Amino acid sequence: MNTNLTDTTSSQINAALVRTRRAAGFPAVGMVLTLVIVTDEGNHYDALRAASDASKEHPSRILVVIRRPGRSPRARARAQLDAEVRMGGETGTGETVLLRLHGELAAHAYSVVLPLLLPDAPVVVWWPEDAPVNPAEDLLGTLAQRRITDAAASEDPVAALEVRAETYAPGDTDLAWTRVTPWRSVLAAALDQKHGPISAAVVEGEAYNPSTELLALWLAARLGVPVDRVVSDGPGITAVRLGTPEGQICLDRPDERLAELAVPGQPDRHVALHRRTTAELIAEELRRLDPDETYQEAVCFGLGRLGPAPPATSGPVGTETGAGAETGAGAGGQTGTEAGAQDRGEARTPPRAARSGKSSAGESGRGKAAGAAGRGRKEAGS
Amino acid sequence: MSGESGVDDANPLRDAQDRRLPRIAGPSGLVIFGVTGDLSRKKLMPAVYDLANRGLLPPGFSLVGFARRDWEHEDFAEVVREAVEEHARTPFRSEVWEQLAQGMRFVPGVFDDDEAFDRLRDTIEALDKERGTGGNFAFYLSVPPKFFPTVVQQLKKHGLSDAPEGSWRRAVVEKPFGHDLKSAQELNQVVYGVFRASQVFRIDHYLGKETVQNILALRFANTMFEPLWNRSYVDHVQITMAEDIGIGGRAGYYDGIGSARDVIQNHLLQLLALTAMEEPSSFDAKALLLEKLKVLRAVRLPEDLGRHTVRGQYTAGWQGGEKVPGYLDEEGIDPRSKTDTFAAIKLEIDNRRWAGVPFYLRTGKRLGRRVTEIAVVFQRAPYSPFNATDTQELGQNALVIRVQPDEGVTIRFGSKVPGTSMEIRDVTMDFAYGESFTESSPEAYERLILDVLLGDSNLFPRHQEVERSWEILDPVEEYWDTHGRPEPYVAGTWGPKAADEMLARDGRSWRRP
Repeated sequence: MNTNLTDTTSSQINAALVRTRRAAGFPAVGMVLTLVIVTDEGNHYDALRAASDASKEHPSRILVVIRRPGRSPRARARAQLDAEVRMGGETGTGETVLLRLHGELAAHAYSVVLPLLLPDAPVVVWWPEDAPVNPAEDLLGTLAQRRITDAAASEDPVAALEVRAETYAPGDTDLAWTRVTPWRSVLAAALDQKHGPISAAVVEGEAYNPSTELLALWLAARLGVPVDRVVSDGPGITAVRLGTPEGQICLDRPDERLAELAVPGQPDRHVALHRRTTAELIAEELRRLDPDETYQEAVCFGLGRLGPAPPATSGPVGTETGAGAETGAGAGGQTGTEAGAQDRGEARTPPRAARSGKSSAGESGRGKAAGAAGRGRKEAGS
Repeated sequence: MSGESGVDDANPLRDAQDRRLPRIAGPSGLVIFGVTGDLSRKKLMPAVYDLANRGLLPPGFSLVGFARRDWEHEDFAEVVREAVEEHARTPFRSEVWEQLAQGMRFVPGVFDDDEAFDRLRDTIEALDKERGTGGNFAFYLSVPPKFFPTVVQQLKKHGLSDAPEGSWRRAVVEKPFGHDLKSAQELNQVVYGVFRASQVFRIDHYLGKETVQNILALRFANTMFEPLWNRSYVDHVQITMAEDIGIGGRAGYYDGIGSARDVIQNHLLQLLALTAMEEPSSFDAKALLLEKLKVLRAVRLPEDLGRHTVRGQYTAGWQGGEKVPGYLDEEGIDPRSKTDTFAAIKLEIDNRRWAGVPFYLRTGKRLGRRVTEIAVVFQRAPYSPFNATDTQELGQNALVIRVQPDEGVTIRFGSKVPGTSMEIRDVTMDFAYGESFTESSPEAYERLILDVLLGDSNLFPRHQEVERSWEILDPVEEYWDTHGRPEPYVAGTWGPKAADEMLARDGRSWRRP
């Protein structure tokens, strides 16, 4: 059931929420949190779909803040709030409100969101891309217990990690970190067995994949040994090798779904390590709302303390088509789920090109790469 | 069990702060006896797959089936695949399946066949080499109780119950754990002749349900319920487990056993223990057992069993729009059978918290609908400033834990009806897992199988509890054996009239769940 409100206010939206709920015959369901998604017209569809899927596990009120500052001076001077209240059907178990903030209002999302938060329930803010430099000090960010960014969706994912480390505040988390959870759990399980002391570690992954960096940082922080990164063709992270006196403990995933675990003195075994959809990542993020100290430890460990960074990752971004393609796959991937994202991969390229101001040749190369890479590429990292 | 492998603490990648990392079982395998049975197909195999899909099984996890079938490994894998596709909770994914299927083995044979057990041992040893299961195996006995002694003895005879140095062997047994105290003790002796107590895991799948675990969270993690949770405020407690189905194809097992032995002895007394026990000093298995056992030991049967227990037997009738036969007309049932398909008993708990608060337990087949719930019914307000007419429609306050289906918690209390007159009526406040967590709520068997592989015995009843439960029920069964017949009740209703009368005598009535 949908209700559209044009040129409205937060209190009218609140009234519409109550009205819609009554009309649909639902009681006030036990919603456990408010999820605020800060996005733009081009990305809100994918982000909302992922959040709705995740809300099956965590019934929530989802507020989608779509900023439309306007291109012309006249549009920028105008301020208008349009809202769409959605309940039931495909929106998952909770309530969804799409908020379109036109003109000057785009810079004052805080005033719109604050009255719409569920009373006494945690708030999570998610920036699918274009996260603020300091999420904890962003006005919307101050409302939240949990602030979710996605380094993979930024222009320079590895540099973004350094920014995250500099501005880290308890409650910050990044989807690039969420993506490595399955890797971390298999590695931890492998070390549950008897093994010799670990002397060194190597993480292999495609370039411009912040998850590779985070996994390496985590290993370095936990193991206290030198950790090197090696660039591979991907997709995502492709291997982790831990050196022990008996030989290498190696977790190798060439094809983004089935990995092979080799431990000295034991037979090789297969482990399913598929790359997860954004909905699954968000669901994992919402499961815990307390500060993630392990993430802090990893991201703040310092990229400089890792082994020599491979040249490709330290080079300037977007100078060649190949590098552009990597960024593109990352950006396209963070909001996409399965085939839907593939369809949109190319459609979304032009506005992004316009915004980032890159050459059209680079962009078309990127679009092709993102499209050709197919389903798997849509989920950067993990 | 972390103590057995002894390397958990040394793992630098594990950290208590790191709550994203799930508990993954160490290298291990699961051997299922009676793998062709219903339980195995509908619950165990899907649960194994769901665990793998959630990334909670170790790499190299192996599943061995043992049954009297002429199957190759591939045939077995195909059977598992069908079961998984039909019954698994999580979506089917080929890479997860590949990981699992590589570790599937089948051993054909009957339980007294020495050769078959030799083959089983060879299979397990081969798995250790090929898959790195490290000698850690759990034996799931999904077999009728009469085969328990044979299988357990065979395991011992062929050296399967003895774990090699540094590894573990565990036995998983399903109910029924005997049919009275004596048989339960015999069974325990048989099993303990081969396995140590800490190696034996008794499955009571109710304890694997989220709602049941939530009883402890509700009581001991909150402040607002526990102060009311005693004889000063609680009038009585009703624990109901109702099924709408008949005995189906279980005539051979069910006749002579009956609903009290089938349900009250294990599930309902466990629910009672969790509802009534004191706060455990911690949540480890030992502390839980201590408190559960303490409250079970305080349980007292009423003096006059004739007045405070009722049993029934369903007769032909209409159940939810379907014509169903009576119990005595079911296939394979002796037409003179005295087996109870409905049982209700009143229990008292002799301790300071509960003295004088009756616990009414009831269960039955072919009742109104399928439901399991615990209702804590509170006393009426000691004084009401409102007229009797104002509060005519006000019942007693109640807190209902809905165990299944539609898991959740309901609180019932009085509220003013909008209008100019003062009229007070019952309303409910609801917390529903169905709206919140169903999508991700694991099946009971997933949780329990994982716990077995991890060696975590919190959610498994120990033999002391099982034996104490029989001690409670045995006098009732003896009384029933020597006094009359079960009361008939029409299928599709809420049991015999005598059950209503039993509560009416105490000035109470059953909730309609």
